[in-house]
Amino acid sequence: MIQIDKVMKRYDNGVIAIKDLSLKVAPGEFVYVIGPSGAGKSTFIKMLYHELTPTSGTMKVNEFDFAKMANKDVPLLRRQLGVVFQDFKLLPRLTVFENVAYAMEVIETPTADIKPRVLEVLKMVGLEQKMRRFPSELSGGEQQRVAIARAIVNKPGVVIADEPTGNLDPDTSNGIMDILEKVNQQGTTVIMATHNRELVDERPHRLLEIAGGRLVRDEEGGMYGNES
Amino acid sequence: MKARVLGRHVKDSFKSLKRNGWMTVAAVSAVTVTLLLVGIFMALLVNVNRVSTQVENDVRVRVYIDRNTSKTQQAKLKDELTDLKDVKKVTFRAKKQELDSIVSSYGSQWKMFSGDQNPLNDVFLVDTASPQATIKVAKAAGKLDNVSEASYGGNTAKKLFRTVDLIQKWGLGFTILLLFVAVFLINNTIRITILSRADEIGVMRLVGATNSYIRWPFLLEGAWTGLLGSVIPMLVVDFGYTFLYPRMDLSASGYSLYPAMPFLLWLDLAMAGTGIVIGALGSVVSMRRFLKI
Repeated sequence: MIQIDKVMKRYDNGVIAIKDLSLKVAPGEFVYVIGPSGAGKSTFIKMLYHELTPTSGTMKVNEFDFAKMANKDVPLLRRQLGVVFQDFKLLPRLTVFENVAYAMEVIETPTADIKPRVLEVLKMVGLEQKMRRFPSELSGGEQQRVAIARAIVNKPGVVIADEPTGNLDPDTSNGIMDILEKVNQQGTTVIMATHNRELVDERPHRLLEIAGGRLVRDEEGGMYGNES
Repeated sequence: MKARVLGRHVKDSFKSLKRNGWMTVAAVSAVTVTLLLVGIFMALLVNVNRVSTQVENDVRVRVYIDRNTSKTQQAKLKDELTDLKDVKKVTFRAKKQELDSIVSSYGSQWKMFSGDQNPLNDVFLVDTASPQATIKVAKAAGKLDNVSEASYGGNTAKKLFRTVDLIQKWGLGFTILLLFVAVFLINNTIRITILSRADEIGVMRLVGATNSYIRWPFLLEGAWTGLLGSVIPMLVVDFGYTFLYPRMDLSASGYSLYPAMPFLLWLDLAMAGTGIVIGALGSVVSMRRFLKI
């Protein structure tokens, strides 16, 4: 459950990126966040995983109330979230298997439990045959699938994806969407910032549109074409 | 921390060393160069200190006894000397022994002064509790009855004390300075290796790693870097010292350097320890700013 009430974010240089933002996301929802570049989408996404903190207003993700949260709790919050980026953010020195296993290792999962779970998610994203490869040996789509596998390996309640198809061709983007929808069907909330008009229109879900730092549209099954 | 997690950190730190390739070589080289300087200087300084102390301790007060002093008066003088503050030991040397020393040092022609011709005095050699007390004891002894003269080497002793004091102070200062340079140099090299891995630390934070979990592999990696960097300095200092030790024999003058064992063992441990501590601290300090939430 994500609950945001009258959130404002002002950067140190005085720029206000988010103004008076209020919304709720229920468990199991699939939500697109759209809007032009500089609208505040990335700021909103970064606030969700506490990379940025709101200047004012309240923000709750699961049991974590950001206003009352201590710094030491940030890793605990992040363990309940899976984050996927446009540039994948894989560790280049680790193999596919190690990149995914790493997310389990940092939360001190017993070694015996790691291998079966990593193999399971790699199979789900169709990369079990390439688990010994390094990221540099994979295509962009494959790297993004590794990033998704890493994001879901700990069974998070929420997956946050910041332009996950931004660097990918339409076919590959569809493959990534298939995986994200599969993850969503298994009960995981998915929040995805995107510029990809075709994907949003072909696969309608709840749509949040941010413009000038404000939430200007919140529409179930909304089309990108209806952009305000 | 659970043993399983520590094992994982150790394994990861070794993997990182291997995967960082040239960065590791650069960091290890920086440690090697600085520890080599530290090692050589430590060996030098510790031995200079040892010889200085030996020289200092060798300075004794010589109390020349009046020629016409009776045995009873001598015994009384010995008691009086023993009772002086800071006096550790009083040894009697007859004038014959004094002459024998001169003969053995300067040649047999001095034998002409043997027997009744001996112009020397009987002497009390007074050892003091500390070298600095020598002057005071000499002055006090000079005022006692039946003492012809009490000498402590005069200006020579004063100069010697000043020089030894200077060597110790400057040596200590220089070692501290060298250690600072070592910390700075190693820190900088490790900082570069960590800067190149800022993304990696970012990903670790993103997947929910705690700061201490992130710190451990880097800390261990720094420690291994320090340890690896201390190997060549240890070998150079060990072989160098073992080679030079027999060639710098000071025993004729009554002084000695530290024998190779166990001195080199302690020196090696000190170098390895310094390397490990500086490497580990360098890592932790360098990565601090990446861990701000």
